[in-house]
Amino acid sequence: MTAAAEVGVEPLPDVPQQRARSSRRSTGLWFLVRKLFGAATSLLFMLVVNFFLFRVIPSDPVRTLARGRATTPKQVAALTKTLGLDQPLPVQFLTYLKNTATGQFGVSFQYRQSVGSLLIDRLWPTLALVGTSTILSILIGLWMGTLAAWYRGQMFDTISTTGTIVLYSMPEWWLGLILFFLFAVGFGPIPGVFPIGGLIDPGVNGSSVHGVLNMAWHLTLPVVTLTIAYLAEYALIMRSALLDEMGEDYLVTARAKGLRDVLVRRRHATRNALLPVVTLVALNLGFIVSGAITIETVFSIPGLGLLTTDALKIPDYPVLQGAFLVFSASVIVANLIAQLLYGWLDPRVRL
Amino acid sequence: MTTEAGQTAQTVQALSPRRVTWLRRRDAAVRSWKSFARHRIGVAGLVVLVLFALMAVFAPLLANSNGLEVTKATGPVMGAPSSHYWLGTDESGRSVLTLLIWGSRVSLFVGLFATLISVVIGTLIGISSGHFGGRIGGLLFRLTEWFLVIPFLPLALVLASLLGASLVNIAFVIGITSWPGTALLIRSQTLSIEARPYMERARVLGAGNWHQMTRHVLPNVMPMVFANTTLTVAGAILAETTLSFLGLGDPTRVSWGTMLDSAFSNGAMSLGAWWYLIPPGVCVVLVVLSFTVVGQALEEIFNPRLRQR
Amino acid sequence: MTEPLLDIRDLHVTYRTLGGSVPAVRGVSLSIQPGESVGVAGESGCGKSTVASTILRLQPRTAKVEGEVHVLGKDVVRMRWGRLRVLRWAEASMIFQGALHSLNPVQRIGDQIAEPMRLHDATVGKVAAARRVGELLEQVGLSAARARSYPHQLSGGQKQRVMIAMALACNPSLVVADEPTTALDVMVQAQVLDVMTGLVRELGIGLLLISHDLSVLSSTCDRVAVMYAGRVVESANAGRIFDDPQHPYSAALAAAFPRVGDPKSRYSPAGLAGDPPDPQRLPTGCTFHPRCHWAIEDCSRIDPRLEPAGTDRTDRMVACIRAGETVGEAT
Repeated sequence: MTAAAEVGVEPLPDVPQQRARSSRRSTGLWFLVRKLFGAATSLLFMLVVNFFLFRVIPSDPVRTLARGRATTPKQVAALTKTLGLDQPLPVQFLTYLKNTATGQFGVSFQYRQSVGSLLIDRLWPTLALVGTSTILSILIGLWMGTLAAWYRGQMFDTISTTGTIVLYSMPEWWLGLILFFLFAVGFGPIPGVFPIGGLIDPGVNGSSVHGVLNMAWHLTLPVVTLTIAYLAEYALIMRSALLDEMGEDYLVTARAKGLRDVLVRRRHATRNALLPVVTLVALNLGFIVSGAITIETVFSIPGLGLLTTDALKIPDYPVLQGAFLVFSASVIVANLIAQLLYGWLDPRVRL
Repeated sequence: MTTEAGQTAQTVQALSPRRVTWLRRRDAAVRSWKSFARHRIGVAGLVVLVLFALMAVFAPLLANSNGLEVTKATGPVMGAPSSHYWLGTDESGRSVLTLLIWGSRVSLFVGLFATLISVVIGTLIGISSGHFGGRIGGLLFRLTEWFLVIPFLPLALVLASLLGASLVNIAFVIGITSWPGTALLIRSQTLSIEARPYMERARVLGAGNWHQMTRHVLPNVMPMVFANTTLTVAGAILAETTLSFLGLGDPTRVSWGTMLDSAFSNGAMSLGAWWYLIPPGVCVVLVVLSFTVVGQALEEIFNPRLRQR
Repeated sequence: MTEPLLDIRDLHVTYRTLGGSVPAVRGVSLSIQPGESVGVAGESGCGKSTVASTILRLQPRTAKVEGEVHVLGKDVVRMRWGRLRVLRWAEASMIFQGALHSLNPVQRIGDQIAEPMRLHDATVGKVAAARRVGELLEQVGLSAARARSYPHQLSGGQKQRVMIAMALACNPSLVVADEPTTALDVMVQAQVLDVMTGLVRELGIGLLLISHDLSVLSSTCDRVAVMYAGRVVESANAGRIFDDPQHPYSAALAAAFPRVGDPKSRYSPAGLAGDPPDPQRLPTGCTFHPRCHWAIEDCSRIDPRLEPAGTDRTDRMVACIRAGETVGEAT
């Protein structure tokens, strides 16, 4: 720790004694309020970005927002009025806020359907894909990172650390392409057993047991890909967090108390190392969203990601705008949850 | 080098302060190089990078640029590797090896250019938010945090789609979306340097903000910026590949990402054209991996806290 | 004579490092009788903390230990792990520099104090443990309600009191305190030392107190051993070693922490030139001779042994070839 001070890694914020002594409940509440406020400002910032991206950057917002519809000058003028583009920017922004809050994201050029309902339709395959692989990759990644740290410098550590760094340098969709090629198409002696894309075979009822199994079968390869892609990062984070923790003096205290090594690890080191990992995992959520976009494209899974990349080809701006909003909002919400979780787990954070 | 360092000490009075500083910095650079040379994996990464850089620079000598033009392509469609086409051909009959060699130019160019943008923005914002306390610093810090939570790929996709596909635009998009990490790192470094006694001395002696930042903070932050830059390049190359794969690459240029995009959309997988799928990906992994290990080696050198690992 | 609580016999500890082996402790013998307080003094790097760590076999894996360390008659060096875990904390406990990082930062201190109790005695229930934690906290001068606090909510002195309470949790016969007050400021140091020595005496526990501050040791311990470069160079009755040091190194240590109002300390040379020797390149002969004011030619050739010396020969051992002379008068 002394080295840290010399090198200039920012120390943990010092805890003012007086504040820590005030009643626990009120500090917890204050922490919650602060975090909620932070998330709200982030959300607002993101709305501003989303607003400006689509209205200010394009030289012709009417065309951008209503492509393929407004062809005659009269139509353009009418659309300008409908979209409120003749209003001053602050008014436009307020209208935009109101529409967003009521779920009116406009109409997709491509599907001729309200963007709001389109997003809801496409949400759950993404949730199933990302949710499953996130949970799996966190479990496997943290387990691998823990083992690598405890057996640091030994064979498991060398192999897993090398493997994780290689995976970390690999675009996850390329891994998807390779796995697809090997196990869905089949190559040489390997038979292509997995379905070549889609979420469900045509003609199968999605709400029956058979349908659910069919979907699970379709999702297996994408989930495996994303799990492998994500776990690298978690393993690396966990390993280094645990190595940081392992130099700490309180572990010597725990050993001196007569705890078995297993208990020293589980009860003290691993638990404490998990705390910083929670935050880093949250910061990773942006990366996870990216994974969903590319992997859904590779495996043609009709989720938000495929919707986005399809919209890029048109380009279908109302859909892009809506999808961007959903992606950013989900990251902000997940981030908030992680911060609250961290505050709940680590008493030092609840200032 | 050591003898010259010895001379420096003897002739120190004869030299201007600027020259003394320069010599001291050079000595430090030599020391850093020596500790880097001891890092075997880092050196291996550097060798790979040099090879790829040579390949990009000497692309015209290694493969005729005519091989890039669809109209002049002579090979079979999706032909397997042969003695003439070592890595087979693509959907238009072009040599995959030729595409691969020329693709290295685009991937490296975009990676480096995007990193330049990202590091300049990140360093400026990081140093300013660390140096200026109070409202300005707080606002810049907030801004960094806000940008940090915007998911990278959706923002980059939207921006690239709005701005249109060109190499410079792609680099700009990647640069503008990837600076917050650098800014946070530089900010924390700046804060710790600001707390050191010599900064206090400089302030007491009346050094202005500009002098403090350029003469005291920046030189001390530079090593970490350097290590971070290397890691940023790795991320930028990955981002370029992903954007190109999703169809946002410059349609007039071949990069490893656009190669994979056309392989994917032209059914290379169902045709079993592994020679079209594997090599571009392997190149990406090799280059990104090399930048990563070199960056980690540099981090270890400049940040002794990590040295025990 | 009863069986000693702690009996260290000819202990050698060598660290294996990349740069070769580093001898940290080179033949130390030390014993503590029941209820006795023994201090070990010396500069940092002299091996005193290494000696302390071997008592519960907490030395790092890179350390090679030779010799015997008997705790309550049982040799810790060759003990099986299962037996060792039973001995740890229940028979001998340690007080670390708790003011720094020896407490788990994210566990309530009550849980940390209760942890060894429930570990060593499965019959202790949650409620009983909590009650005992409250008693312990009150014994060290904190309120029982403090059990719900986290370490970062306590001051340095309070954390150190928690460490003391924790060390007493399982009613050990021996407590090893390794620089327990180093990180604290002077006033708090005195309070914490009072609490610790008071409880140790009251409960009849043997204490091994490690410190670089000879004045602290001489006022709190019965006997003091002074270590230099991995060896004991002088051991004597606590008061005598401070007022009448026989080894030149002890004299220098004593002078470094003068007693306020003691006219003698005004004239004695304060401090000691030079640094402790590199354990990998120890000087020949007496390891202290390069820094010694009284060194003669023989000192660089003869490695002195720890032998009875001085006027109180029955109680004092000194490792100095000039110990028989009246070197102490050089001041």
